[in-house]
Amino acid sequence: MSEKTIQEEKRVFMTGNEVVAWAAIAAKADIMYGYPITPQNEIMHYWTRLAPKYNKTFLQTEDELSAGFTTVGGVMAGRKAFTATAGPGNTLMQEPMSMAEMMRLPTVVVIQQRGGPSTATVIYSQQEVTLTTLGGNGEGMRIVYSTANHQELYDYTIKAFNTAWKYRFPTFVLGDGYQAKMREPLTMYKPEERGVQIIEPQAFVGLAGVPGRDRPPAHHRNTYNLEEELYEKVSHDMAEFERIAPEVAEFQAENTDDAELVVVGHGVVFRAVREAVNNLREQGHKVGYFRPVTLRPLPVQQIKELSAGVSKILVVESAYGQLARLFKEVAYGGTAEITHLFRPGIGITATEVEVRVKGLLETGLRKPRLRKASVG
Amino acid sequence: MAPQPKMPRSWRAETKPHKFCPGCGHGIILKFLGEAIDELEIHDKVVFGCDIGCSLLSWDFFNLDSVQTHHGRTIPVMTGIKRARPELICIAYMGDGGGYSIGAQHMVAAAARNEKITAILANNTQYAMTGGQMAPTTLPGQKTETSPYGRDPEVTGYPLQGPEMVSAITPDGAYVARSSIGNLRQLKAALKKALENQINGNGFSFVEALSSCPTNWRTNAKDTWSFIENEMSKQFKVGEIKAPGAVQGEVG
Ligand SMILES: Cc1ncc(C[n+]2csc(CCOP(=O)(O)OP(=O)(O)O)c2C)c(N)n1
Ligand code: SF4
Repeated sequence: MSEKTIQEEKRVFMTGNEVVAWAAIAAKADIMYGYPITPQNEIMHYWTRLAPKYNKTFLQTEDELSAGFTTVGGVMAGRKAFTATAGPGNTLMQEPMSMAEMMRLPTVVVIQQRGGPSTATVIYSQQEVTLTTLGGNGEGMRIVYSTANHQELYDYTIKAFNTAWKYRFPTFVLGDGYQAKMREPLTMYKPEERGVQIIEPQAFVGLAGVPGRDRPPAHHRNTYNLEEELYEKVSHDMAEFERIAPEVAEFQAENTDDAELVVVGHGVVFRAVREAVNNLREQGHKVGYFRPVTLRPLPVQQIKELSAGVSKILVVESAYGQLARLFKEVAYGGTAEITHLFRPGIGITATEVEVRVKGLLETGLRKPRLRKASVG
Repeated sequence: MAPQPKMPRSWRAETKPHKFCPGCGHGIILKFLGEAIDELEIHDKVVFGCDIGCSLLSWDFFNLDSVQTHHGRTIPVMTGIKRARPELICIAYMGDGGGYSIGAQHMVAAAARNEKITAILANNTQYAMTGGQMAPTTLPGQKTETSPYGRDPEVTGYPLQGPEMVSAITPDGAYVARSSIGNLRQLKAALKKALENQINGNGFSFVEALSSCPTNWRTNAKDTWSFIENEMSKQFKVGEIKAPGAVQGEVG
């Protein structure tokens, strides 16, 4: 007998991985395909414990290539399938996700970032931004939500399923090792109780009726023989991606209107950014913060306005410029000077951000002096 | 001081005590691998490759040139080295996840090509390093983190018989055996023969060793041994499965 999912709002205290498993249940996910990798393992552990109680299923595949492709298969069959991975698993996941991108399949993948490059650490980083937003061969027509806390892990995991099935682009929830493993309070709720309608999945294959007689056969491909044909297909999808982008893009900003300096950060690092900015405001400094919630597509209009409106921008991330690269591309043409605090693979505290901002406010941003080229 | 058991010469004393949990089978397999290397006096020719999984804890275990690579990719890395430098003795050391799951394609391809490397696989019936999930070798009914209600073969199949599979797809010249840390003489003989087979240039050599993981099994010493000797060896028959004529002698 299957148990009912969350009926009423409930305050809970749990790890991020457990939150994801519960959120997937709340989003009416049907099946998880997965391969063990730290720090996402407990998503599978909790899911496998919950699954029989809610008539859900699970398959542990032989690797992430398979986890990604079985997810693709599950989605094509009309089930809300999802998977979760990290680091080198995310690397392997790019091949199936490229196929999902070409076939416009609503796959959902939860990434709990770990350190890189390669196997690196199993703890934490923000080094999977480039891979998740633009990995695979193709144009990176994906939607990526970067969460900052457990409440958001719950909210955006539910949202990811809806976004994926509404727009039919691969959708990712980008968390990290800290979010995966630490405990934090949050409110779990039934999406419908908050007016969130859960979108029903639809099959891509195995449709009703006899193909060729009652209906045309469903033909899906990710291979194209002619350059022109491919050009048309990609241009069409890209245009659609750009059309929906402003609707999908999300951000959070405060005190940017009168700010001299705006700090940009995403994911858990944003928590340090916000705390630092709040402290600095209290001390009378004119600073604000800007946080892209979607890393793909980025909130383009708001970033352009920001980079034209303030004089200094500080990008803070636990990677060596993966967010900064995306940000600068959009900010190009603005007048703001953009500098950074990069700490690849380690956590960043509010104090570190504060110290850095104060330094910048005192000295201003110095342009690097050009050395005379020496001959020989 | 009480007399200490001798360390194999190929062990690196500076990195001992090793990093495996007490009672772990990995340390035992590596001890006999070390002794086999000592006896064959191939110290200067060996390249030791380990996988991700608990086997990675052996990255600095030996006084041997060593490479720690990706999960499941030890076999191709060692194949690459062997093909570039055939005079080297290449050992790929991995767990059952690395060899039978994520890296199964490499195991199959290397076996079919009869790559002249030695693959050694510790079968502890689950994924140890990531915290005890189900593996291709998990026994029917065995509880793991991803088979919390016990492995149901109807849903996830039966434990993979690795050496039997490798034996079936390898051409002549291959050496294939299953051993156990519960039978040390046979384990050492099998490891030595697997290395000799490579030295003689015969073909792919493969030893699966039944191994313990008291940490994830949550067993005490008695139950650990009982699991290996009574449960595992019932499912996985220990012994030599394939040996080319060139390799002489009994595996006792
Ligand atoms: C591509 C990739 N996927 C997943 C992992 C995570 N991972 C690390 S160790 C391991 C399992 C190891 O199990 P096994 O090979 O049986 O060795 P054991 O730890 O049991 O000795 C996994 C899945 C990884 N490092 N890389
Ligand atoms: S977790 Fe298990 S396999 Fe890994 S070192 Fe400990 S006992 Fe050995």
